[in-house]
Amino acid sequence: MTCKTTLTAMAMIAAFAAPALAQSTSTLDTVKERGRLICGSSQGTPGFGAPDDNGYWRGLDVETCRAVAVAVLDDKDAVDFVPLSGQQRIPALQTGEIDMLPRTLTWTLQRDANGINFTTPNYYEFTGFMMPKSLGITSVEDMAGASVCVQTGSTTEVVVNDVSTKNDLDLQPVVFDNTTAGRQAFFSGRCDALITDAGALASVRATMADNPDDYVIFPATPYMDALTPAVRHGDDQWLDIVTWSIQAMIAAEAFGLTSENIDDYLDSDDPRIRRFLGTDPGNGAALGLSDDFAYRIVKSVGNYAEVYDRNVGMDSPLKLERGYNALFNDGGLMFPLAFQ
Amino acid sequence: MQIALLGGLVLFVWWLAGNTHENLTERGIRTGFDYLWRPARFPISESIVRYDASDSFFWAYVVGLANTLWLSFLSILFATLLGLVVGLSRRSAHPLLSRFAGTYVTVLRNVPLIVQLLFWYAIATSLFPVPREALNPLPGVFLSIRGVYAPALTLGPGASMLLIVAAFLMVIAIVAGFKVSAGKPLPAKAASVGLFLCVWVVAIVWLSGMLGHPVGLEAPALKGLNFRGGMVLSPEFAAIITGLTIYTSAFIGEIIRGGIDAVEKGQWEGARALGLSERHIMFRIILPQALRIIVPPMTSQYLSTVKNTTLAVAVGYPELGLVVNTVINQTGQAIESILIMLAVFLSISLSVSAFMNWYNARVALVVR
Repeated sequence: MTCKTTLTAMAMIAAFAAPALAQSTSTLDTVKERGRLICGSSQGTPGFGAPDDNGYWRGLDVETCRAVAVAVLDDKDAVDFVPLSGQQRIPALQTGEIDMLPRTLTWTLQRDANGINFTTPNYYEFTGFMMPKSLGITSVEDMAGASVCVQTGSTTEVVVNDVSTKNDLDLQPVVFDNTTAGRQAFFSGRCDALITDAGALASVRATMADNPDDYVIFPATPYMDALTPAVRHGDDQWLDIVTWSIQAMIAAEAFGLTSENIDDYLDSDDPRIRRFLGTDPGNGAALGLSDDFAYRIVKSVGNYAEVYDRNVGMDSPLKLERGYNALFNDGGLMFPLAFQ
Repeated sequence: MQIALLGGLVLFVWWLAGNTHENLTERGIRTGFDYLWRPARFPISESIVRYDASDSFFWAYVVGLANTLWLSFLSILFATLLGLVVGLSRRSAHPLLSRFAGTYVTVLRNVPLIVQLLFWYAIATSLFPVPREALNPLPGVFLSIRGVYAPALTLGPGASMLLIVAAFLMVIAIVAGFKVSAGKPLPAKAASVGLFLCVWVVAIVWLSGMLGHPVGLEAPALKGLNFRGGMVLSPEFAAIITGLTIYTSAFIGEIIRGGIDAVEKGQWEGARALGLSERHIMFRIILPQALRIIVPPMTSQYLSTVKNTTLAVAVGYPELGLVVNTVINQTGQAIESILIMLAVFLSISLSVSAFMNWYNARVALVVR
């Protein structure tokens, strides 16, 4: 809401106006001293980030935080989640209210150039439209004159305008500040279509629709977005830690390591796996962590496939195919960087 | 002493600004207002001034401001009228009316505005059917979940001349009607004004025909998924204007009732002794005196109403706050955007307050 945004902005002004702090306190030291990692999260997109019935946060984005918490604090539950709206999230990261921002955040040039650093993509997807099947529309070209529920604080506002202009569709946007209000307006029939990331649409469809089969999701643009957890500018060590914590899950899948079988590999002869697990030392120390950080992440959180399946894949209500989020050798875009 | 205080304040602001700038630069965050002239690229769902996504961020702010002012103006106007009714009802001798007004005030003052807005929005989006099954109570008027659509005036070349001439001739027709029937009883007066108005209609139709009918009505029509053309009252605007008006009217009702109660009982007794009717006493004697008490609290109520318009974001009406939120997200320039919003609301509030102070000085008791 506005007052919240204003408060955030005021807090931001206050934070920026404070005398420059001694820059020697790194985010790593701050987190270690605090004993908790503070993560920005969504206000509730099941599958990506939302508390379950017991108030325990679950989701693909949530687990990247847990992975970092394991790497730094050796406890996947040492994380506090701060639910943030679309336009609160970046100021919250810039001002130091949160340590990292994994919140279905699209990697864009403007954001990258303006005070935050992106780590490594943890989810690839297109921006999509969801429409009731009864309208019989399955592609953008047929949408002329449709009214579209849009949520502010996202890149989709610009997408809806670009798509409308490019195809001469005269789309009628209804813009909401409040995520839930926008989604409810769509289901009440206020708009013909709802636009947001396809994964989030699948989440909305699985959790909010009376009958999920009544709705169809199709791409709004031919382009992929790289949803990427971000950190503050100016702390390279912290950028590396978050990047390689996420990478550890992807690499583990490539190596065939899972939370179940990883202990069997501790005496592996494969030098890559030995370096990855920290059996041969060096990797963790270079980041300022203990050498077995990747081992601990996989052991307690799992590899990328496990995390994907349990949150958005076939073991979840969303039932999303791996698609572009498969590993490179399965035709996807996910590939591990070299752990050496 | 005052100079020292002012100097201290200036130094403090200088120090704040310096630190802010230094910290922003250090964190690699862009500053400055040059983004204002770049194309905004995001859509705004409705506006009373023309907006296109290729317009600049600056123009997007203007559009948001225009919507804020329009919303503030209408809700203050409606809330004042409704508040007067509520205030007078609460003082009514009729127990049903005064109880009802009392309940109205209690309920509305104690439910948060945001909850009321969401309530009205839920009603606005569930009352009517989808566009294909829209209700059509009058030709050209459609009620659907997308809003209320009605025919709009279309103005062709020569339309403004026709409208000016029509208005001028209408005044002449009415005045002429009264002149001709001067000194006659009311029915004769009405008949003669009616006769002149008939002549006026014929003249205007003839003139319109001469100009090639520049003024027309464009009816909305279902095209594709939605209605096109005509005027529209969107559910978002309907929800925010209803919510703000009703919420504010409860407060204004109380201010007016308080103002009336504060007028001395002797004024009523004196007026009654003169044999004036209750209606005369209220509007000629009590309300003018109550106004002096009402105006100052009313000023702060108006100011709150202007500020409350920012809650419209909750129901998707694009006032200044929503535009500022969007710009912050698109550009990341939060400080500049919030400064602009602060400056705008400060100017609006100071203007409202200056106007009300001027009005207060006018109605205030002149003490000699």
